[in-house]
Amino acid sequence: MAEIGKPVSRIDGRLKVTGGAKYAAEFNQVNMAYAFPVRSTIAKGTITATDTSAAEASSGVLAVITHKNAAKLNAINPQEQWKAGIVFLGEDLPPLQDDKVYYFGQFVACVVAETYEQARSAAALLKVTYAVEKPRIDLKSELPNGYRPEKLFGEEAQINTGKTAAVLAAAAQKIEHTYTTSTENHHPMEPHASIAVWEAADKLTIYDATQGVLVTRAIAAYFLNLKPENVRVISPYVGGGFGSKGAWLHLVLAAMAARVVKRPVKLAVTRQMMATNVGRRSATIQKIALGAGFDGKLAAIRHESETYTNLSQFFEPSGLQTKVLYAAPIREITYKVAKLNVGTPTFMRAPGETPGTFALESAMDEMAYEMKIDPLEFRVSNHAAVDPMTEHPFSGNNLLECYRTGAEKFGWSNRKMQPRQTRSGRNLIGYGMATATYPAGRSSATVRVQVLINGDVKVMTAAADIGTGTYTVIAQTAADALGLPVQRIAVELGDSNLPTAPFAGGSQTTASVHPAVLAACEMLRESLMGLATTDAKSKLSGRRAEEIAYGDGKFFVRSDRSKTDSYADIMRRNSKVMMEACTTTKPVTDGGLGSPVAPCMVAPAASEENSDAKKYSFHSFGAQFAEVWIDEDLGTIRVKRFTSVQDVGRIMNEKTARSQIIGGVIFGLGAALMEATEHDHRWANPVTRTLADYHVPVNMDVPEIDVHFINKPDPHISSIGARGIGEIGITGVSAAVANAVFNATGKRIRDLPLSPDKLL
Amino acid sequence: MRPFKYSRAQNTGNAVQTVAANTNSKFLAGGTNILDLMKEDVERPDELVDVTRLNFSQVRTVEGGANKGGVSIGGLGRNTDTANHPLVRQNFPLLTQAILAGASQQIRNMATNGGNLNQRTRCSYFYDTAMPCNKREPGSGCGALEGINRMHALFGWSNDCVAVHPSDMCVALVALDAVVKVQGTDGKERSIPFADYHRLPGNTPQKDNILNQGELITAIEIPKNNFASKSYYLKVRDRASYAFALVSVAAALEIEGNAIKNVRVAMGGVSHKPWRAVEAEKFLTGKAATEANFKAAADAEMRNAKPLEHNKFKVELGRRAIVRALTQAMKGGTNA
Ligand SMILES: Cc1cc2nc3c(=O)[nH]c(=O)nc-3n(C[C@H](O)[C@H](O)[C@H](O)COP(=O)(O)OP(=O)(O)OC[C@H]3O[C@@H](n4cnc5c(N)ncnc54)[C@H](O)[C@@H]3O)c2cc1C
Ligand code: SF4
Repeated sequence: MAEIGKPVSRIDGRLKVTGGAKYAAEFNQVNMAYAFPVRSTIAKGTITATDTSAAEASSGVLAVITHKNAAKLNAINPQEQWKAGIVFLGEDLPPLQDDKVYYFGQFVACVVAETYEQARSAAALLKVTYAVEKPRIDLKSELPNGYRPEKLFGEEAQINTGKTAAVLAAAAQKIEHTYTTSTENHHPMEPHASIAVWEAADKLTIYDATQGVLVTRAIAAYFLNLKPENVRVISPYVGGGFGSKGAWLHLVLAAMAARVVKRPVKLAVTRQMMATNVGRRSATIQKIALGAGFDGKLAAIRHESETYTNLSQFFEPSGLQTKVLYAAPIREITYKVAKLNVGTPTFMRAPGETPGTFALESAMDEMAYEMKIDPLEFRVSNHAAVDPMTEHPFSGNNLLECYRTGAEKFGWSNRKMQPRQTRSGRNLIGYGMATATYPAGRSSATVRVQVLINGDVKVMTAAADIGTGTYTVIAQTAADALGLPVQRIAVELGDSNLPTAPFAGGSQTTASVHPAVLAACEMLRESLMGLATTDAKSKLSGRRAEEIAYGDGKFFVRSDRSKTDSYADIMRRNSKVMMEACTTTKPVTDGGLGSPVAPCMVAPAASEENSDAKKYSFHSFGAQFAEVWIDEDLGTIRVKRFTSVQDVGRIMNEKTARSQIIGGVIFGLGAALMEATEHDHRWANPVTRTLADYHVPVNMDVPEIDVHFINKPDPHISSIGARGIGEIGITGVSAAVANAVFNATGKRIRDLPLSPDKLL
Repeated sequence: MRPFKYSRAQNTGNAVQTVAANTNSKFLAGGTNILDLMKEDVERPDELVDVTRLNFSQVRTVEGGANKGGVSIGGLGRNTDTANHPLVRQNFPLLTQAILAGASQQIRNMATNGGNLNQRTRCSYFYDTAMPCNKREPGSGCGALEGINRMHALFGWSNDCVAVHPSDMCVALVALDAVVKVQGTDGKERSIPFADYHRLPGNTPQKDNILNQGELITAIEIPKNNFASKSYYLKVRDRASYAFALVSVAAALEIEGNAIKNVRVAMGGVSHKPWRAVEAEKFLTGKAATEANFKAAADAEMRNAKPLEHNKFKVELGRRAIVRALTQAMKGGTNA
């Protein structure tokens, strides 16, 4: 493999920095109008009247849509939605269908006008009156009315593998603490946007910022009652998604507006709307109890998570990592979920593991201190060699090597166990570490590969490049499989007319799509070779496949490299403008993110390759190390160094992979140090509604991040051996920081974020 | 943003008259605050008079008058240019530090000095038109008083408004006894001592300062002083950069023999106006520059703080910040 693994720069990089890469909101249409949603100013109640007169009279206004005049959409119906291919939906609230309000900021009307400015200013003129009910806002006080979910991603949600309570009570050493994390909002660089274009009365094109054109298509088709084949979703470039893009219903609102005004309509979601209308990570209260023997071995783990949801089955699954980490013989993992009248929670980068590793990995640190063992040693001695829940071996698990490498690169041995031992000037210095983990998924994917008349190649699949480098890495795989330089591979993504690929969620695009790229390229190569070896005019005529190698856009005879035949020549001799192959690979660990659309052809090798899938547990692992400097007088924390070692299978591109980990760590530093959505206790409005109030890390908050990969291919996930990499980087980060803060100051802070007030 | 009329002022007199004549009009300078507020529908002027082409951007030595020998900075000077001007850097490094602690490089490049004085509070209830706010809509109530008020005032607030003035630059200016030069609607210039320029909210929080409709800030004069070698601006915030202050402190000292001859302490993030820490100054004048005295001075000031539900930590933080800023000022104003 010449290209795979190399730090190839993004093939779309130039387009992106020159503005040539078009994002959803940039697909301006002729005669386009603009929609601006009006949001509720109460959190719970009923709309009693909507006075649209001033808005309608405002200049440029084309329509004001309210629940009174909005078109009827198909109603929420989980079975029907599932059949329609909606593998998940942001919230169960088709827009403007009735007068009920469930959270502050809910879309309650929509103004359509000639210009964006006209739509927005008219939206401010709408007068909505409500019968207000008392909203449920406070997590703690609502939990007694909460429910205990039965299922989590299709599995049992509430787990107890033994007599946890008794074992904990009898344990020689025990800790029990409560950890809390804040609600966080989604703020990818590119806000959500949709442009809806009705091509005919029953035919719709949507330019949308989405992580999965097929899920988005299914959503549009279902709610608007269209045939899926009559809906096309186009989304070639996405400025970050992190779980927030593709499943929210503003795109349906855009289509409704376009239908009313009979023109293309753009609906661009504002930053302020992002605080309520595109999902969020809900706050958690997590209680962890660890019991261990005098030998330092864990006897039991209990992890109780409490959180909230609103209009969705989704809840933050913060117990997930506790199913996978550490060899305790028994464990209890439970959830309780309250319903609150705030924006609906959804997936956000490593949903579950992000707050969950904060709690578990802080608790591990506390237990290590309790037992006076080095926290890293404590983890090593409790390492789970097999999946503790299923007892299946892991498909690949080099966590111990992550610990070792990390300790060495970071200089863990310089750490003093006793807090408050290291200073520089007025700063207290501390070291902390934590384990990272995230499941590895691989869904079904279909890829079409074409060789063109000049021998160049095009790879097509409906996958998304949400900024991660999918275009580039696919080109690398195809380049290797066909013996071409990356420059001669064109990649087409983000169009629902392309062959089926999974939603870019669960860190599985690379793991899912590349085996299909490889299989399709191999099929194409064999067809091309067949044309050559059976052609008397070819220098390869009569040769067997084993005798032939390929490279540089041609085949050649291994024993005599002067005997060649190029793809272009083969195409020309056979009078072909284009030749193609298409394969579908089967899922390994169906994370439910694949779209059930007919495959073009099942790759012959796929089923065999995955025959042992059920016998393994698929997870990635890593180790995170942080050095913090704390100005104790002022309570300010600076993360001075960060080392992240990741075991994610084969590294497909050293550069884009590193960027994913760096991005994950920065995201984690945000959660650790500053990100928090605050609600007013009377009106349930998010008070942190702009990026001035909702802080994310800036350059000065981010140190040099030292990333290392174990880079051992996982033989069970695919023949390529790459697991996902998008989410694991955030996991464990906040615990590593909080543990370092304890090491520096002796203060154990169990509530995120670690803002200055908590250290004073 | 509502439709509005835009015009470009040709001269000062015409700018002042236009805005004075229409109570619903405003000056437009760098636009970094007023345009944001218009997009959020918080400010709703029907007319903007762009003053950026007027000639009030120079930094120069004051030739005459009460502040002779001091430095005048133009009302339309950009924050970046002002902070980096040699006259400012040499004579008032405190002002340079304070300006550079605010916003981001890009915003400071656009932002003007006059606009910085007149920027409005960052109270998020003020910004959200769905919320009650006496400053935005007199009589509607104060959302923050019993809401999320972590970023709000410790000093001088009223039940009608607990907001803080967000500027860093103004904290240095009040410490330096600056004077605001204003072109009045009567065509005459008037001078306003900086400490009197911004207001406490009382029962009219809609008024941030004492400027009359149409009055234009042409310059800010800073009298000569002997603080240059011992001054420091400390800003404590929730992230390392690009955030408004939880608490900030401008400190400047002039030492004679073993005693503090002259001292200035001002605070940001604690009041509706840049807060001159008069009690701390009173305590320190004539005393030795020791840590014990700094602490006692900080206590003297913070004793009068009246925290709200979520900002209690700012009392202790403010105390420590005063001590730290004075300590750093004594060390020559570096971070060491
Ligand atoms: C994201 C962000 C972060 C920021 N962070 C900080 C920070 O940390 N610290 C800080 O101090 N500031 C900060 N700022 C505020 C920034 O300093 C102000 O927005 C800026 O100084 C305003 O100047 P301007 O010229 O753009 O004013 P404009 O927006 O043009 O005007 C603001 C107001 O002043 C009036 N005005 C302007 N010039 C005059 C004049 N000559 N005479 C009379 N009235 C006038 C206008 O009519 C308007 O009401 C931040 C701003 C942003 C957007
Ligand atoms: S503190 Fe002042 S600005 Fe904030 S809501 Fe109250 S009145 Fe408005």
